[in-house]
Amino acid sequence: MDGIINSEIMIIILAAGIRLATPYLLAALGEMFVQRSGVYNLGVEGIMMMGAFSGFYATLQLGSPLLGIAVSLVVGALMGLLMALVSVTFKAEQGISGIGLYMFGWGLSGLLFRLYVGGITSVEGLKAVKVPLLSSIPFLGPVLFDHNGLVYTAFLLVPVTGFILFKSSWGLNVRAVGNKPEAADTLGVSVVLIRYQCLIVGGMLAALAGAFLTIGQANMYADNITAGRGFIAIALVYFGRWSPWGILLGSLLFSLADSFQSMVQVLGINFPYELAVVLPYMVTIIALAISYGRVWAPAALGKPFQRGTRG
Amino acid sequence: MVKKIEHLEMVGITKRFPGVLSNNNVNIQIKTGEVLAILGENGAGKTTLMNILYGLYKPDAGKILLNGKQVSINSPKEAIALGIGMVHQHFMLVPTLTVCENVILGLSKSFIVDIKTATQRIREITDTYGLAINPDAYVWQLSVGEQQRVEIIKALYRGANLLILDEPTAVLTPQESKELIQLLRNMSAQGNSIIIISHKLHEVMSLSDRVTVLRDGEVCADVCTRETSQDALAQLMVGREMAPCQREGTFSPGKAVLELQEVYSQGDKGTEALTGVSLTIREGEILGIAGVSGNGQKELAEVIAGLRKLSKGKISLNGKESTKMSPANIIEQGLGYIPEDRLRVGTIPSFSIWENLILKDHHQRPFAKHLLLQNRVIMSHSSSLVEKYGIKTPTLETPTSSLSGGNIQRVILAREITRSPVALVAAYPTRGLDIGATEYLHSKLLEARSNGIGVLLISEDLEELMSLCDNIAVLYEGRVMKVIPVEEANERVLGLLMAGIAEQAS
Repeated sequence: MDGIINSEIMIIILAAGIRLATPYLLAALGEMFVQRSGVYNLGVEGIMMMGAFSGFYATLQLGSPLLGIAVSLVVGALMGLLMALVSVTFKAEQGISGIGLYMFGWGLSGLLFRLYVGGITSVEGLKAVKVPLLSSIPFLGPVLFDHNGLVYTAFLLVPVTGFILFKSSWGLNVRAVGNKPEAADTLGVSVVLIRYQCLIVGGMLAALAGAFLTIGQANMYADNITAGRGFIAIALVYFGRWSPWGILLGSLLFSLADSFQSMVQVLGINFPYELAVVLPYMVTIIALAISYGRVWAPAALGKPFQRGTRG
Repeated sequence: MVKKIEHLEMVGITKRFPGVLSNNNVNIQIKTGEVLAILGENGAGKTTLMNILYGLYKPDAGKILLNGKQVSINSPKEAIALGIGMVHQHFMLVPTLTVCENVILGLSKSFIVDIKTATQRIREITDTYGLAINPDAYVWQLSVGEQQRVEIIKALYRGANLLILDEPTAVLTPQESKELIQLLRNMSAQGNSIIIISHKLHEVMSLSDRVTVLRDGEVCADVCTRETSQDALAQLMVGREMAPCQREGTFSPGKAVLELQEVYSQGDKGTEALTGVSLTIREGEILGIAGVSGNGQKELAEVIAGLRKLSKGKISLNGKESTKMSPANIIEQGLGYIPEDRLRVGTIPSFSIWENLILKDHHQRPFAKHLLLQNRVIMSHSSSLVEKYGIKTPTLETPTSSLSGGNIQRVILAREITRSPVALVAAYPTRGLDIGATEYLHSKLLEARSNGIGVLLISEDLEELMSLCDNIAVLYEGRVMKVIPVEEANERVLGLLMAGIAEQAS
C-alpha cells in the first residue's frame, strides 16, 4: 500500500473529502437549529431531494446556477413551512410527519423530473473558484481553496451559525425554546414563531445541500440522488451534540472516510473494497457509540408545545 | 420606567372554573415594604388569586387598584410592566442556559446579546440584596435554593417591586428556607412589597406583617401577624379546631419485622449512597429517619423496597432474607411502601383511582379470577376505600393525576394499609401537604403502629418525627449517626447529628 499513497493521491482524497462534506454540513447545520428549537425534522432527506431537483431544473431552464440556488432556497423554505404547519401548528407527532415529508419530497421530486425532464440531462453547474493567493499554497491550496462557492459557504456557516446560536439574542431564544418552552413563553418569547423560523431556515439549508448535489457536484439529476445523506445529516447532529463544531468534525470524519473508500475503488488499492464501502458507515456508528454518554439533547426535543391549562 | 407600587388592592375578585368557585368576592391589599402572607389549605384559591394578579387568569368580577387607579392586567407581560413579579412554585428556568442568559431571556432587543452589561446589572442586584449567585453558572449546576434566587433576580431585573412567591419553601431544605426568609425580610426592608402564598404557619408567623386567610375561595380573616398566633391561624385556615397527633402509650419492643445489616448501596451517580446502614424496626414501632435530604434517604427506601441493588449487606423482612428478592416478592412478604414521589412512583398517574387502588393485587383473588378482572368486586372494594379514606374525587374513573397531593396520598395509603403489611416504609409522606391532610396522614400512621405494623418514617420535619416516632435514627452521608429513643431527642441533638457532629450530641 505504501508508495501508492503519495502526496498527489492524498491531495485528491482530502480535496474530495472537503467537497463531500458540503451537503452533510449544510443539511446538518440546518437541522441543528431545528432540533435546538425542540423539533426534529426527519424529512431532511425529502427536502434535499426537492432542493436537488428544483435547483437542477431552474438551472436547466434559466441557465444560471445562481438562480438555481435561489429557487432551491425558496422551495426549501416552503418545505420547512409545511413541516412547521404540520408539527408545530397541528402538533402532529414529529417522527411520523417527518417521514411523511420525506416520502412527499421523494415522490414529488421524482414525479416532476419525469414530467418535465424525463431523461438524463446535464447542466452547466457551479464552477470551482480558486481563492487568490491561498490556493497556491502547496498541498493545502488544492485541498482547501479550489472548490465551488457552496463548499466555501458550508464551511463559513460553521462559525457563523455558532455565533448566531451562542451569541445572538435570537440564538438564545432558540436554545430556551428547545429546552424549556414554558419558561420562554412566560417571558414573552413566542415558541411557535421561533420553531417556524428554525424549520424554515433548516428547510432552506437542506434544500441547499440538495442543490449542491445536482448543480455543485454531479451537474445532473437522477432519482434518489441524495442516497440517504439527509438521514446521515440527522445522525451527525446527534454526533455533533447540537454544536456547529461537533457537526463539522462529524461531517469531515464521514466525508473523508467516504472519499477514501471511493479512491480505494478507483485506484485499485490493495484493500478489500467491500470493507471500504461500509467504512464511512462503520466510522459513523463507532463514533456515535463512543460519543454516547452525557448527551445534551434539547430537553423539549420532539414535544409539541401546549400552553399550560393548569387551573 | 416602572413606577413604584405604593399601594395595591384587589377588590371583589371572583373567579369560577367549571364546577368550582375558586375565588368568591376576595379583597386583599398591600402597601410598600409590607409582607403579606396569603394563607390557606390546598385548593383554597390562593394560587388562582395570584395568577389573576399576574395576568394569567381573567377574573369574572372584581378590579385591581394600583396606587388608587384601576388597572387591567391581561398577561404576565403587562404585570411585569407594572412592576409585579412572580416566582412560580415550579421554576421557569432553562437548565442548559447560564444564570445571566436566563435572566435576560426575552429582553434583548439587539441582535447580539450584551452579556457583559447584563452581568454587571445582575451583580448590582445581587450585591444590593445579598443574593450570592454566580451569573455565569449554568442553572443545572445550581441547587434548588439557588435556582429560586435566580427566579427572584429575574423578577427584580425586570424592575419588579412587588414580588409574589407561590409556596416558596415547599421545595427547600430547612436551611435554605431560613436563608430565603432572611432574604425576603431584607428585600421588604428596602421598600419592596412581597406577597407570599403558604400553608406553613411558622413561616407565615416569622416573615409576614399581615396575613389574609383564605378558606374555600373566600377571605375568612385579615389580621396583623403580631396580633395573632399560630393556633388561631390554623383554626381559621382549617375552619375547626386542630388536635395535634401524638403517639400514645410507651413502646414495648416486639419481634423485629424489618432488619438491615451493614447495607451498602450506590446512588444514581455511582457513588456510595449507603455505607453500612444497620437498622431494626420492630412490631408496633415507628422508627424515624431524620436527616437533610440527599444523605441516603431515597436509596434507603429503595433498597428496602427492592428497587435498588445492594452492593453489600443483608436485609430481612418478617424473618426472611429479602436482600435478593424481587420487588414483587417483597410486596408479597408484607412490605408496604409510600414512595417519595407520590404521583409518579406511588401511582400510575394516567390510571383511574380504582386501577391504582388494586395495583398490587389485581392479579389475584378476589380481584381476578381465571385471568379476568372481577369488575364488580373491584368496584365495591374501591368505592368502600374511597369512602373510608375520605378520598375526594368526582368518580372512581377519574385519573389519579388530577387529584390533589393530599388525595393522591390517601389513595396510596388506602392501597398500602388495607393490604395489612408487616412493615411500612413511608418516605416524606407529608411533604407538600396542607395541615388537614398532614393531620390525617399522621393519624393513619399511628393507627398502623397500634395495629402492630413496623413503620419506617423518613422525614425532614423534626417536629413530625418527635411527635410520632418511638425511635429516631439520624442519617448523615449514607450512615446512621445514632439511633436515639424519642424521649432523649430534641431539635438541638438531632440538628447536630444531622450536620454530622456526633460528639457534642451525646
